[in-house]
Amino acid sequence: MAIEPLASTTPQDLPQIKGVKDVPYDELFVSGHRTCQGCESALVMRHMVKASGPRTIVLGSTGCMYVANTTYYTTPWVVPWMHTQLGASGAAALGTAAGLKVLMRKGKLKDEKINVIAFCGDGGGADMGLGAISATLTHKDYDCLVLLYDNESYANTDIQLSSQTPYGAVTTFSPTGSEKRLMHTRWKKNMPGMMATGHPESRYIAAGCAAYAVDLMNKIRRALELGGPTFVHTLDPCPKGWDYHPQYSQELGHLAVETGIWTLYEVIDGVCNLTGPTRQIAEGRKKRKPVYEYLKRQGRFSHFADEDVEHFQATVDKMWEEWLIPGVIPFTIPQKDAGLLRIDKRAKPLHAEAKTA
Amino acid sequence: MTTITSDIPRHGAPENANEVETEQLATGCEAIAEAIRLADVDVMAAYPIRPYDGVMQAAAKLIANGKMDVEYIVADGEHSQFEIVKHACAVGSRVFVGSSGVGWFYAFEAIAVTAGLRLPVVAICGNRALDDPGAFGCEHNDALAVRDLGWLLCWAETAQESLDFALTAWKVGEDKRVSLPVAIGLDGAFLTHSQQIVMIPTQAAVNSFLPKFDLGDRLLHPDNPITIAPQVDQDWLMEIRMQNDQAMRNALGVITEAHTEFKRLFGRGGDNPFLDEFMTDDAEIVFLGQGTLSLPMKVAIRRLRKQGHKVGLVRLKWFRPFPTADIVRSLSRFKAVGVIDRDYSFGSPYYGGVLYNEIRSALYSAPKRPVVVGFIAALGGREIEQPMAMEMFEKTMAAASGELTSGDVCHWIGVRK
Ligand SMILES: Cc1ncc(C[n+]2csc(CCOP(=O)(O)OP(=O)(O)O)c2C)c(N)n1
Ligand code: SF4
Ligand SMILES: [Mg+2]
Repeated sequence: MAIEPLASTTPQDLPQIKGVKDVPYDELFVSGHRTCQGCESALVMRHMVKASGPRTIVLGSTGCMYVANTTYYTTPWVVPWMHTQLGASGAAALGTAAGLKVLMRKGKLKDEKINVIAFCGDGGGADMGLGAISATLTHKDYDCLVLLYDNESYANTDIQLSSQTPYGAVTTFSPTGSEKRLMHTRWKKNMPGMMATGHPESRYIAAGCAAYAVDLMNKIRRALELGGPTFVHTLDPCPKGWDYHPQYSQELGHLAVETGIWTLYEVIDGVCNLTGPTRQIAEGRKKRKPVYEYLKRQGRFSHFADEDVEHFQATVDKMWEEWLIPGVIPFTIPQKDAGLLRIDKRAKPLHAEAKTA
Repeated sequence: MTTITSDIPRHGAPENANEVETEQLATGCEAIAEAIRLADVDVMAAYPIRPYDGVMQAAAKLIANGKMDVEYIVADGEHSQFEIVKHACAVGSRVFVGSSGVGWFYAFEAIAVTAGLRLPVVAICGNRALDDPGAFGCEHNDALAVRDLGWLLCWAETAQESLDFALTAWKVGEDKRVSLPVAIGLDGAFLTHSQQIVMIPTQAAVNSFLPKFDLGDRLLHPDNPITIAPQVDQDWLMEIRMQNDQAMRNALGVITEAHTEFKRLFGRGGDNPFLDEFMTDDAEIVFLGQGTLSLPMKVAIRRLRKQGHKVGLVRLKWFRPFPTADIVRSLSRFKAVGVIDRDYSFGSPYYGGVLYNEIRSALYSAPKRPVVVGFIAALGGREIEQPMAMEMFEKTMAAASGELTSGDVCHWIGVRK
């Protein structure tokens, strides 16, 4: 059977979506996958290609979104899709973008805009593939987006801890036991912040969450519109790894943001905009919820003693009160230097307002 | 299905009617860089490691001087390097990559899947010892590590053959009957960095030899929305592996065809695509090896011939696919074969090298077969000196006259006590 080409039903200029009613109808990630019920990462996949439209090539690194998504003969991908190795999303994006670019330049392929998106999990992206993603974000001649879907563990291999697993969480590599309550005591690596601060020529770096679907789709579109190498990191509740009933995925996504544990933002050409509830918290229009509201709903934290919750809260507070930009830049400057760096002239340090909230 | 590629008929770099074949002094690496230019490669990825990186330096200079149009990506490591070209290949680019020694091993995950994906990446392996302990010199274990994976693998003897093999590699690897990656072994230093006279063919001749790269319905493109490398598991993997096996079998014929056409167009390539024989017509014993060790061995053979010994050399050009029938046909003529391995395979049958055991295995069911002696020689970049060649000659002679026992068939040559 001949394969139907994917006509450009969505214009290749990707305007920002104004609200749910403005979201394209086309589904380019359809049934055929076998992710868990309530899998937020699968929702990220769906939103990602909805936003990018059919003239897109997707590369995916090993992990749940490969293994559970591409069973032979039942692929859910309507767009062209190719597997890449666990640590290779950066290289996959780069190689694909470079290939398309040169073939079009030499007249070997029709010259048109084709979106290139390589996704990876937190294990594949924030651990193993960090170097390759970082390299790709410096190759400003190639148009490609790396999307890191962060379910906070090596989920596909049975939920092992990664550098994105939150402090204290139970995973199969960090069980709780009679002698050791917490096996995992590293704080989550600040991946999107690291990408934003480390790659000044990348035009777009963002942190999102599928619980804020329109915000996320707009971030994908903005990344593809601006071009060059870009990066979007999503936080994805995972019922299996986080140990909660699948019906609460959206709620947990909201809570992650409302407690200030996860921040929504985008850095466009070096200017950081907080988005969604993160912005409201920073502006003092919304009060951060206690992290306990988030932790208590997940089995992976059920062994927490009061002191663990307190440590968690204190660390999140520090991020909001002492970081230069919460969730983005994990240090600050002495107050006396605020004038020196003209921070007061450009914008007020966010934590000053957040404190008063 | 709509056509994906534009209908611009051109393939290959622009031709110039007045261009003539030229002679140039070039190292093995520089010769390969010329092949990259002539093949109109689309994407290449570089990462530094000696000695292969001479080719990336030479290619960079060609680009800087406006001699070719290639997307030249300096990667963050060999894993990325090989992944980049793999993915560029999947969208239809002709690609080139390479590495040496531990760099080759750093890329190994990507190397393995490239064959599984049936993507015709062309790579050189500038053979280098695997540290530790530190050594940059030539050893073949790096390239040989791909031998079970579905990579075609050949070894060049001269800078000319490096260029010729590279052009052949794209032709054979990209052929739909094969669709497999190809690795070209270049002995570190001995070939990568020694200058020889090389005939540089014209663009027009190369364009008539090398067709346009066309992945057909395997091209990753929005007009052909396929899913590449889905989870097939035990359900289908065996069928797919067997297709790779078939492709490797097909490669023997496709290499032969390419060799014939190459000879017709360029007048080079020898009588047999797989073997290069030297003074074997009346030989009673022969040496067999790969790459540049043929040079010191030819010197030794000429000397031995002057002394009246009927000795010759068989140089194996393609290790994968292994030319079993040609090997059997050729070696059955001799009393004894001394296989020289520039590699090791610790704990293998008879403690022989990789090549030794492949040759023995190929001969096992031959009705008439020679005695096979194994030599591990010239590791870590050592040269084969004439006394070593004489020692190998004496041992092979002893084997021919039945003096060697089975416990005495593999020898380390030139090792200090
Ligand atoms: C090089 C390599 N090492 C290990 C694995 C085993 N492996 C397969 S999927 C996976 C989990 C990846 O985790 P992540 O990137 O977070 O994706 P997730 O499964 O959570 O979706 C691992 C470790 C592999 N495929 N490749
Ligand atoms: S384990 Fe988590 S990420 Fe994987 S399919 Fe299930 S819910 Fe999704
Ligand atoms: Mg994960």
